[in-house]
Parts: sequence; structure tokens; C-alpha cells
Amino acid sequence: MTLQDPGLDSPLVDALVRTRRYFTRGEVSPDLRSLTKRGGREADDFYRDRWSHDKVVRSTHGVNCTGSCSWKVYVKDGIITWETQQTDYPSAGPDRPDYEPRGCPRGAAFSWYTYSPTRIRYPYVRGTLLQMYREGKAQHGGDPVKAWAHVVDHPGRAKAYKSARGKGGLVRASWDEATEMIAAAYVHTIAKWGPDRVAGFSPIPAMSMVSHASGARFTHLVGGSMLSFYDWYADLPVASPQVFGDQTDVPESGDWWDASYLVMWGSNVPVTRTPDAHWMAEARYRGQKVVVVSPDYADNVKFADEWLAVRPGTDGALALAMGQVILEEFYAERATPYFLDYARKYTDLPFLVRIEDGKPGKFLTAEDLAVSTSSIEEQENAAFKTVLLDARTGQPVVPNGTLGHRFGESGAGRWNLDLGDVEPVLALDGTEQATVTLPLFGEVDGSPGEATTEIPVRRVGEHVVTTVYELMRARYAGYTPEWQEPITGVPAQAARRIAREFARNAEESKGRSMILMGAGTNHWFHSDTIYRAFLALTTLTGCQGVNGGGWAHYVGQEKVRPVTGHLHLANALDWSRPPRNMIQTAYWYLNTDQFRYDHFSADTLSAATAGGQLAGLSTADVLAKSARMGWMPSYPTFDRNPLDLCDEAAAAGRPVAEHVVAGLEDGSLRFAGENPDAPENHPRVLAVWRANLLGSSAKGNEYFLKHLLGTTSSVRATETPEDRRPRDVDWVEEAPEGKLDLLLSLDFRQTSTTIYSDVVLPAATWYEKHDLSTTDMHPFVHSFNPAIAPPWQTRTDWDAWQAIARKFSELAGPRLGVRRDVVAAPLTHDTPEAMANPHGRVRDWKLGECEPVPGRTMPRLVEVERDYGAVADKYAAVGPLLDTLGATTKGITYDVSASLDELRARNGAVRGGAADGRPSLERDVHVCESILALSGTTNGHLAVQGFKTLERRTGTRLHDLAAEHEGKQITFADTQAAPQPVITSPEWSGSETGGRRYSPFTINVERLKPWHTLTGRQSFYLDHDWMTELGEGLPVYRPPLNMGALFGEPEVGDVGELGVTVRYLTPHNKWSIHSEYQDNLFMLSLSRGGQTIWMSEADAAKVGVADNDWIEAVNRNGVVVARAIVSHRMPEGTVYMHHAQDRLIDVPLSETSGTRGGIHNSLTRLLIKPSHLIGGYAQLSFAFNYLGPTGNQRDEVTVIRKRSQEVTYS
Amino acid sequence: MKVMAQMAMVMNLDKCIGCHTCSVTCKQAWTNRTGTEYVWFNNVETRPGQGYPRRYEDQQEWQGGWTLNRRGRLKLRAGGRLKKLATIFSNPKLPSIQDYYEPWTYDYATLTDAPAQEHTPVARPKSLISGKDTKITWSANWDDNLGGSEASFRHDPVLQKVSTDVKRSFEDAFMFYLPRICEHCLNPSCAASCPSGAIYKRAEDGIVLVDQDRCRGWRMCVSGCPYKKVYFNHRTGKAEKCTFCFPRVEVGLPTVCSETCVGRLRYIGLVLYDADRVLEAASTPDDEDLYEAQRSVLLDPNDPEVVRAAERDGIPHDWVVAAQRSPIHALINEYRVALPLHPEYRTMPMVWYIPPLSPVVDVVRDTGEDAEDPDNLFAAIDALRIPIEYLAELFTAGDVAPVDRVLKQLAAMRAYMRDINLGRDPDGSIPAAVGMTEEQMYDMYRLLALAKYDERY
Repeated sequence: MTLQDPGLDSPLVDALVRTRRYFTRGEVSPDLRSLTKRGGREADDFYRDRWSHDKVVRSTHGVNCTGSCSWKVYVKDGIITWETQQTDYPSAGPDRPDYEPRGCPRGAAFSWYTYSPTRIRYPYVRGTLLQMYREGKAQHGGDPVKAWAHVVDHPGRAKAYKSARGKGGLVRASWDEATEMIAAAYVHTIAKWGPDRVAGFSPIPAMSMVSHASGARFTHLVGGSMLSFYDWYADLPVASPQVFGDQTDVPESGDWWDASYLVMWGSNVPVTRTPDAHWMAEARYRGQKVVVVSPDYADNVKFADEWLAVRPGTDGALALAMGQVILEEFYAERATPYFLDYARKYTDLPFLVRIEDGKPGKFLTAEDLAVSTSSIEEQENAAFKTVLLDARTGQPVVPNGTLGHRFGESGAGRWNLDLGDVEPVLALDGTEQATVTLPLFGEVDGSPGEATTEIPVRRVGEHVVTTVYELMRARYAGYTPEWQEPITGVPAQAARRIAREFARNAEESKGRSMILMGAGTNHWFHSDTIYRAFLALTTLTGCQGVNGGGWAHYVGQEKVRPVTGHLHLANALDWSRPPRNMIQTAYWYLNTDQFRYDHFSADTLSAATAGGQLAGLSTADVLAKSARMGWMPSYPTFDRNPLDLCDEAAAAGRPVAEHVVAGLEDGSLRFAGENPDAPENHPRVLAVWRANLLGSSAKGNEYFLKHLLGTTSSVRATETPEDRRPRDVDWVEEAPEGKLDLLLSLDFRQTSTTIYSDVVLPAATWYEKHDLSTTDMHPFVHSFNPAIAPPWQTRTDWDAWQAIARKFSELAGPRLGVRRDVVAAPLTHDTPEAMANPHGRVRDWKLGECEPVPGRTMPRLVEVERDYGAVADKYAAVGPLLDTLGATTKGITYDVSASLDELRARNGAVRGGAADGRPSLERDVHVCESILALSGTTNGHLAVQGFKTLERRTGTRLHDLAAEHEGKQITFADTQAAPQPVITSPEWSGSETGGRRYSPFTINVERLKPWHTLTGRQSFYLDHDWMTELGEGLPVYRPPLNMGALFGEPEVGDVGELGVTVRYLTPHNKWSIHSEYQDNLFMLSLSRGGQTIWMSEADAAKVGVADNDWIEAVNRNGVVVARAIVSHRMPEGTVYMHHAQDRLIDVPLSETSGTRGGIHNSLTRLLIKPSHLIGGYAQLSFAFNYLGPTGNQRDEVTVIRKRSQEVTYS
Repeated sequence: MKVMAQMAMVMNLDKCIGCHTCSVTCKQAWTNRTGTEYVWFNNVETRPGQGYPRRYEDQQEWQGGWTLNRRGRLKLRAGGRLKKLATIFSNPKLPSIQDYYEPWTYDYATLTDAPAQEHTPVARPKSLISGKDTKITWSANWDDNLGGSEASFRHDPVLQKVSTDVKRSFEDAFMFYLPRICEHCLNPSCAASCPSGAIYKRAEDGIVLVDQDRCRGWRMCVSGCPYKKVYFNHRTGKAEKCTFCFPRVEVGLPTVCSETCVGRLRYIGLVLYDADRVLEAASTPDDEDLYEAQRSVLLDPNDPEVVRAAERDGIPHDWVVAAQRSPIHALINEYRVALPLHPEYRTMPMVWYIPPLSPVVDVVRDTGEDAEDPDNLFAAIDALRIPIEYLAELFTAGDVAPVDRVLKQLAAMRAYMRDINLGRDPDGSIPAAVGMTEEQMYDMYRLLALAKYDERY
């Protein structure tokens, strides 16, 4: 193949080129192909200059991004130039990949914001408002509070600025004037309406704890409510508290490496966990098999060995069918020793359940055992000691480790999973059978039905009982692979085969089969049922609590690894307890009046086997019920100012709790949620920072605009017909518009939230402040550091809230002084209040089913002192309650006095004022140090101490897990030097001891520490009344909501004049999630540069849409104008409008509404599932962001059509 | 033999997640400035797709790279140098800005400045070329993730060459990503196209650079480069291109695109090659033989004769050691899993690719029974969703055999390692079946899977 005389072109050309040798500095190669040069390359200095920089600063990106990637920020001549990833993470081990580099294109584009034209450089106030406020001030002797009242208490003036929201007209103000107006609004609202009419929203602390803690601390100090986020985002997998009694605890991505079978199910890892995706790609080289379950050809399908293209929202059916295969083949046909052993020790499968009225009823408990078989000790908390059968004796026994052992004298040393000699029975011998009826739901329309089956039972005393295992067998019997095929579209044989592989792999590897799950399967109305079907797979196969196995939930989850420090400072628990923490979904469901647009009652969702517990109730009624029973928090709580309630009680000479109960009983006092549209119950002040409520997370966005803000919206829905309106909750004829008096936002860029805000404060970016970041995706804590000082008039969140606190104290001191406040606190998880409702029976004092007893049948009522003049002092110092009450996380109380001494030395002490002598929190760095010093994961002394405390309850050895790091105290300087691995601590359920990868529940499995559930084990069965009511005592299949039946929307697939009806999903966006936002020019340049909707070629053809055509999507909730991306990767009948596409970028006016096209959440709305409102019972007890109604949005449909291609913008 | 050193890169496409971090960090570092708004020294393409600039691979249209003339001598496809000189004022084979894309920004300031008005303020797109309102109709990454796939399939020059019927249906969907930088070719046609002699190859490391002082803006290099990786800065009037981050490489740092590659799929290293044999190899008559020819130009840095020759030719000892430890050498010539991009352009590109393996098994349709045993992860190369011919058109001028071999090696690695992962005895017959020893297979696994920082660069 070689030529005799290779050469270029021809000899003439050779000659010409050769001449170059004589007048270039370089060297022409002998064959004349190319010119080479050595040295003397001044001409390229441009690139050297371009690369040179003065310093490199470690920082990262905050809020939503679970990546928690450490970045190098480059600075030249005092200007931030760009960023690249740090690569200095401690190694994950010599035999596995490392965490470097971490970071994605979104993080890499972040520095664009620093100097971008969307940067907010100064404080802004809505012009009309500022003008009226100044007038008011002039008229009222310069009194800012009176000036605020002058505006907001005057209907005409209030309407003038509220109806102007979102429509331009922001004007510059000084920090002084802006914070004065804010402070005036707070003072006026607290005085007139009550502190719980003030709310704050800032999500996901883990990835910038101090920034989150700033406004949260201020809000709690004044008695305001902080709004939850995890449930609100619908990222909370409610199945996690239900099954594990834990908010969410998942493996770090380095543990994917340990899995030998990996299913990605609703989690599009390359997009949503970009910096972690390599672990998946690399683990395949270790022989890991990868299966993807996804309705579209998603980014992760590229990596899959198999792709199961399941129909949207039907994932539960596939998982149940896989569970059926596992129960049948690996339990019944062949008793797999590893699985059975695991099931007996770590799950509720052996526990006994009473058969009541031919249906599965309550767990059998020590209460039900004859005194002869039950020791005196078992009488304590007997209703919370669940029972199993001992194979050796055939007799029922109470094993260690139940909820009843967690509290009380007799349980000390017995809250563990040590079965001793007991051999739990799973399958009964079958000598006795009983007929039970199990609930079912229509596979397509979800209509309630039931099935009857024979199951083995036996008798214990007067009760007919069976095991949870037998119930599971009965439950799953009909859920075969063949059954699911027509529902999911996945071939039965594929479902069966994947189930076998999953289980076989788990058996061989002892639990190293893993399911990565996320928004794709967790954002549905019935996601808890989907997830319980998933968790059944990982639990039945012994994968939970094993490195490389189990569930791995990745959406919106976070891990504030130094949780104790953050929790106490952000909630201001060092100064007053309890805080007001509110479930945000319920907050907006009421306060944006979405409850007025429901067309169905709460029992529409009930099972055929239900007992009518929700009959006749609207969802708003159910909320009110949950609130008054103390299950879920409700703020604003009462229809009166809680400060006034305390004054009234004092005047009447009785404790405020007594006063409140009396008022509620005689009807003179009501819960605010029973009349959300009354002016005294409106939310009045909302502060939003680190968040974009109105351009992103607000499900039912248009309802927010209309009712909360009182400005133009495109709500098209009709109100609830008269016969379906709430029973207990009042209906005001004319729905209020513009409930909110002040919308305050702090941001560094313009968003819909800032555009609609009344006051906007300019925030420092992530590259301009100190803070801390952790995640569950990796085991490190690392820092934010300012590459430059906050430019223009921007300030860090910590400084901004401190400025507000100072101004507030100045105005509030003389006006509000020291007041008493009454806080209604819900019954709380990980406390004895979890035993408030034996057997999960509903007892509503209002219906006379019990007495109203605070802390038992209704919220705890706690009187709290508010020294309003001292708020700024308290904000900036660690308070004294930590000395006296310690710090409590998940039921373990830490003595932190040594940490406080150290902090006083490190941060310095405050001199003078209300916090005289206390450790300073004046600067953000002080807060960082305090968080680190007050948490077990970052302070080895506390970790060891916490384990020792826990040992007294469990009676097992635990503190050795932290002993290797007892002397280690991670300081802020450490986190500045490099990412620091955290310490194994009882704050979390996994062990990192000896440098192992984090996997949840390894401490439970290896050290026999119970789960925080009723049985102390992982729960398949939930015996609460409302779970039974919904037919969800056991895992069950529930299809996506039928929007045709519920709201009269057209059926998916209908094609009419208005367009084609499609399922409307809002998955995460490759170009704008987490660390980044849609408006970033780099991200817009790499995508389609504006709002888009992905649709299939088939659907596009039905309405004549070509790629990049302008389209409109319309349903009853609102309108979206976007451009179409047509692709064969999309399945017919489903469109994707990726999450967080704000209306600010290239969104024209809608033909349908005549207003600006909306955001992705303009087509969604809130729908609350009653079972998410359960409280006061074992693991189904409230904790903030642990349990609450989800703001799900996946079940929606929309009509899409091609619109005029001539678009207008104004 | 004339030994020269070359900085080269290998990208493991099997690990690429298409995240574009490389594009963004590169753009931020190098081309985030006036005159280069549309320029992405590093871009990532979804394949099938049109690429950036669109259809750049259609050399019938663009006439980039080299070809052989009737006498078997290498000539620039766009015409010999004489012709180039003669037609220097007319260069019809330049992609227009529309072929790249018309860069834009938005009227962001209006969000802050908008006076009180009827509607919510909105930032409209403005062309960065004309400054006027624009409708966005194309970008550097328009067909990302199969967006607008009807057009991207129809206009993909590679797909057009593939003889197998590739259906554009949901069930048959497939894609992969192709990140691209300048190839820093051993036989750069851009340099050969430059009438000013402004493009040169650095003698010590082979990085191809444009001398900004000498460049006269003829743009012959833009046409001459078949990868369209030389760009015209419309402000300075000079050509610019990827510099292999020489200011970083010179101080021992990897390129920005490599170090920031969060998929950890980029390897950088030094290779030694025989400069005397480049022309001969580039003149290999049959396109399908070019991959092997190009491989053969690279010298074995462990061969004592090569080491002696390198010393003679002035290559420092530590550079020779670097070449010996180079992951590039291992991936190209030891494990032979890396392949050049479009060797048929005859430029001897020095950015090589490991082709994407997955997904292997297809069970979206049918009965669902016909999938692989989880332990048998390598028998199904024939059932690849990505047509092997497509990969061959990219990497081996259409010859499917080398691509097939590489994919089988990767699959075999997975099967072999699965036994070890599950604590079983490793099966030596698996590496043997793909012509590797167990040790080689394990070492390759280490390099590809563990991919430690110190071993990637």
C-alpha cells in the first residue's frame, strides 16, 4: 500500500512551498506538509494573557443543586473571569473511581451572572407603592409603620399597587428606605394580624446552609412561619416516612459502584445528577447490569443494557408485578435463605395483623395479649408494641425494638432488633383460613373495586390474625406480569425476567441490587404507592442497608450533614422553641384559593373497602381536620392574633392553652384554615430568597397571580359547584384577590418572583460570600468563599437579613415591646407524641370523639416570649437555650456546652445587649463555625456522645463507629483548604467508618438499630385509619388521576378544533436545573433559546406542528406559549415542558389569553392526597419536610395546538 | 526515522453523557468575547445529527481535508496549493454564519428597567450580528438529544453513507454524543491551506496554532479543515482555533475541556511518531486502510531503538518517559480501543475516540424474552441499537471490523469483571476470545473504569 514516491500535489508546488523556508521563522517539514516552529512565539501571547489570572478561590453553587461540587473561581484584575471544577476531593479508595471532577455545564456557566444585565445591583421597590409609602410617611409624621398602614389598610391604595405587580415599574431605593419599609410591614402585620401571618420561603439548606439560615432565623425570631419545600416540590417520597420512618436517606453516588445490578427508574442521571453520572457509566465496566425504565428515550437509556418504555405514571404496576414474581419464585416456591432471614429480622413481614370485618385491620399489639403471656414490662406503651409468632413455641411474642420500646422506662436497653432465640414466622401453616377483602382500583380510571381471597390465619385470644407476609402474598397474587402488560406496555416476559435478574443478583451478591428513582416516578399524585412498590422490591430482596443495594431516591433530596447545628440555628431554637414550620402545599392550596376550584370531594379517592372516614369532606375540610387534631401544622393558626390571645388569657388569669381550648370549644375561636378567605386569615407578608416561587415552583402559578397577588392571570377554571363545596370550611362568595401585602424577594438575578415583588433586595452571588455545602451525593463538607466582595449594592443573605433585623428591632422595640405568643405545634415524629393516637385511630374532638387535649388530640399549645426589640441582638448571637436544653436531632439530645465554649473562643463573644456574652454570629463565617461545631458529623466528640446516648436505649454497641474520629473537629478553615469527609454520627443511618461509602440503614442492619417506625422494622403494612380508608394499607396499584373525570378535561389522544390532548409532564431540564437557571445566556445558546415543549412526531403531525413552530398549550389552569421540539424520542400522547422555564425569556403574548404566555407551572395546580395529612401516629407523625402533602403536578393534561407564527410581545 | 512528540487526546464516547461542560468551560476560558460569539473551540454533537457547523462532514460540499490525486499524491481536496494561491480572493467553500448559527443575546436590561406597563416585561432575543430582534432558528447544538430529529436524520452526512436502513421510530431510537476539538493533526490541511504560512505545528508537542501576527484572514484554513475547527474572528479578522490549552499544558495542567470533563472520559498524553512516515501513511490508497496506517506512524515508546532515536532527535528524557506512561499510547496501540475521527480526511487527526458500546440489548418491543443473561454482557454486539456501520463511517472510513473488535473488547471487559465483582473465579477465556490476556483486560479496566486523575493525564 505504500507509494513509491509519496508527495504533495506536484513538483511545481513543492518548489513554491519550499521557498517558505526562507522567509518564515518556522521550519517546513522535509516532506513540505507542514510548518513547525520552536520558541519565539510572541504572536500567541494573546492566549497566555487570556489564561493568566491573579487568584483562584474555592466556592460552589447553592440552593437546589444536590451536586455540591467544589469549584475554582478565577479572578483577574478584581474581575471574576470563569470557573472550573476542583479536583481535590479525598480519594474514594484505590480500587474505585474518585469524585473529581464534580460539576456540570450549568455550574460552569454560573459566573455569567456576576456582571450580566439581569443582575440585580440595587434595591428596587414597586414605584406606585414607594410613592404611596412616602406620602404616608409625610402624612404620619415620618412614622414608617403608620406609612405602611396608610397604604395597605386603604383598599384603593392596596389595589393600586397589587394590581400593578409583575408589570414593570420597579424603581430604585436605598437599602435604608427599602429595609425600613420591610421592617414597617413586619411590625404592622405582627401588631395587627399576628406574627404567624408572616412567612418565609427558602428551600434546600444543605447546599448553602448559612444563606438559608439567615432569613429563617429572622422569621422564627419574630414568630413567623417558614414554609416547607421538600413536600411542596413533590420531591419528598412520602413512602420513605411510611416505610422507613425516615425523611429520606440514600446512598452517595460512589456507592452505585458497589451495585452489581442497577435500575434507573424515573431518574435521568446524566441530566439530573450530572457530576455523579460517571459512577454509573464506570460501574458498568465492573460488570454491573443497567436497566432503564423510562417513558421516553431519555439520556440515560444510552447507557442501559435494557430499556423498558413504560407508559407515564404506570410504574407502580410494573413494580408490583416484579414483586409478585419475587414473592412467588423466591419466597413461596423456593425459600431463598438470604431473603427470608432478612425479612424476619428487618421487616414487618412476620408481624401479626388482626382480621377485622373480613378485612386487614390493626396490628396485634401487647395490649391484645393475655396478661399471662405479657410481662409487666410490656404493659408500658403496650399499644405500640407489635407482636409476632415464635416458630419455636408457636406463641405470640413481643420482640425488642418496637416503638413501644423507644420511649419509657421499660424500653431502655431494649430498643434493638436483636431477636434473641425468637424465630419469627412468616408463612402460617395454613390449617386455618379466612376470607379477606382487599381494595383494588381500576387500571385506567382508578375507580374503586375490591377482590376477595382466602388467606391462612390463626387465632390469638379473641383475635383472628395473620402475618403481614400472608397479606402481601394475597395482595400481590393478582399483580402478575401478564396483568401489568396492557397497563404499562412492558412485555410480561420482560417484567418477569428483570424481576428474576434483580432478585437473583441480590441473592448472589447479598443485596447489591439498586434502584435509582426520582422525579419521573415521584411527582405523581399517587407516587407514594409507586414508591412503596419499588421499596418492596429492594426490601424483599434484602438490599436495604447494604452497600451497593436498595433505594436511591434522587430528586430534591438533600443531606444537611451537619444537621444539628443548622437545624438549631436556622430555627432559632437557641432562643425560643418551638418554631412555626408550615407545610407549604397546604399553605398555598388555601391561600391561593386553589381549594375553590376542586370539583370532587376527598372521598373520591377512597377505596371500595373504606369505612367512610372522608365521606362528605372536601380536601379543605380534611386539611382543617388534620390541623385541629394536631396532625399537621397550620399557620396562620387561629382566626385571631396569637399575641392578643396571650393577652386575653393573661387578662382572664388563665394559661393560654386553657384559654385557647375553651375558645375553640365554645366556638369563639376558630382555626384560620376554616375560613381562609377571611381578611384576618390571609398571609400578609412573604419573603422569598434563594428561590423562584413564581417562575418555577408554584404549582398553580396562575392562581397565585390571581388570588395571592391580585394581578393579571390566565386562570380559566370554574369554581366548585355549590353541592361540592366544603362542609366545615367557610365559603366566601367573592374570592379575594391580592391577599398578600408585601412580597419581598432577595436575589441576584431577575426572575418572575422579583418581577412580581414589591421590594427586591440585591443579593450576593455564590461567588461573593462564605457558606457551607453538603449533599447526600458525596460525603464531604466544603465551603463557599468570596472571589470578589459583593459588587454594587449587593449583600450576602446573612448581612441583608441582619440589616432587616436591625431596622425591625429599631421600629418594633418601642411599638411591640415584649409580647407573649402562643404557638400551636403539631404532634412530632421522634418524640413520645408519636404515640398520641393508639392504633392510628382518628379521634376528632370537634365531633365529640374525644376531649381536646393539647399535645394529644390537638396541637401542643406553647407560650413563647417575643422580645421584639431584641431580635437583631438574638439574630447575631448563639442563644442560651442550647446550654439548658441541649440540641436534639431525631430523638437524641446532645450536650453541646463544650462546643459553645469553643465557639465563644473562636467567634468571640457579643458585648452588651440582649445577647451579652454569647458566642457571636455576626458574620457568615461565625455561622459556618457554629454549624460545624454543633453537629456530630463534623465534631467527633458529639458523634461519640450521641452514640453513647443512643446505646442506653438500644442496649447495643454503637459508639465505636465514631471513635476513630472522636478528636476530630472540622473547622471552616478546613473546608476552605479542601472538601472534608464527615464523621459517622447518629444523625444519619449509614456508616462511613473506616472510609467506606455511605449507604443508608447500614447501622440498622449491622448494629440492629431499629428503624423509626411502629414495629421498628421496615414497614410493608400501614394500619392507620386513613391508609385503610384509601385502600393503601398494603402496596396497591393506583393509576394517574383521571383529569377527564375529575375536571372535565378531554381524554388523552382526543384531537379537536382546539388541538390534541396530551399528558403534560414537566421533567427536569438539561439546561436549567439545580445550579443554573433558564436565563443564562450560555445555556440558552446551547439549547433552543427559550421556552420549549418536546413532542412526538405523531402528535405534532396531528396538529400540523413542525419543529420550532410556535405552539400554545391550554388547559383550565392557564396558558403556555412555547416553541415545539419535535422528536421521535418522545412517545405519542405525552409532551414534556421541562421544569423551570420562566416567562421572562422570549415569551410572547398568548392568542388565547392576550397576556404573556406562562411558565411550566401555569398548566398545573395543587391536588392534595388526604393520606399525606396523617399525623400523630408512629412514623406517620409530622416533622418539617419529613411528612406533608406533596405539591405533585404530573397527572395533568393539556391541549396543544399550532398558533399563528407571527408572535407579538407587547 | 525522525521522532517527534505529539500531544494527543482520547475520548471514551462510551462514557460521554452529553452534558456540554467541556463546551462551556472552554467557551468561558477562550472564546467568550467579541468576534468569537459563535465560536465553540469545543463542541458536543448529538449523533445522528447535523453537527456544528451543520453538515461539516459533507466534504463534497465543503471540500475540506486531503485527497489523492490521479498520481496517488496527496492533495488538498479544495485544490492544489497553486490553485489556492491563484484563487486567493475567492473562497466559495466557507460555511456562512447561518451554517454555524447567528449568535444572539437578550434584552435582559428591560426586566429591570421596564416602566409600568400592561404586560410582564420580557427579554426578547437580539441578534449579536445585526443587533436587531430575531427569531431563534438554529444554534451550535440545535439538534441536541435528537431534537428536530426529522431534519437531523435527513441531513446527517454520516447517516447518508450508511447502507443499513435506519428507522426513525420511537422503538428504535438511539443516540450518542461526539465531543469535538481541533484534531491537532499530524498532517494538518488547515496549515497547508494557509497562503500566509500563519498556521504552524509546534515542534515540541505538535499543537497546531495560528500565528495571530501573520494571519491575514484569507480563511483558506477554515475551508481546508475538514472538521471545521478553525474559526474566523470577525472582529480581529484573524483565524482562531483550539490551542490545546497550551498555556496550561506547558505548566503541566490538562486542557480545560479534559480537566472539566465530568464524565471523566478524556485522556491526554504524549505520543511519539515518525515524522518521516506521515506523508506516506496519509497517502495510503485505500481509505479503509488509513486507520491502521495512522496507527503505524505512532512509535512504540518502549522500543529501545525508538528511545535512542528520540534522544538523537532532541526529545528530552522525561518526555520519552511521559510517552511510555501515556494513556494515549495504551488506548491506541496497546489495547487498540481508540479510533481516529474520519481518517479518510487524511489529516492524521490526533484526537481519538473509543466508540460507544451501549445500549446492547433491545427489548422495548416484542415478547421481552430475547434479552441477554445479565452475566453475559458481550455476545450481543450485533444487536446494538447504534448501527455499527454508523460508527465505522465515523472512525474507520467505513470498515466495520475494527469497530466490532473494539466493542467486543469492551463488552468482554464487562463480562470478565462481572465474575470478579460477584466473587466468582474469573474466566480467562473471555479476554482470550478478544485477543487479550487477563492482565491486559484488568489493566484496561483500570484505565477506563477507575480512570484516576493521575492516569488520565
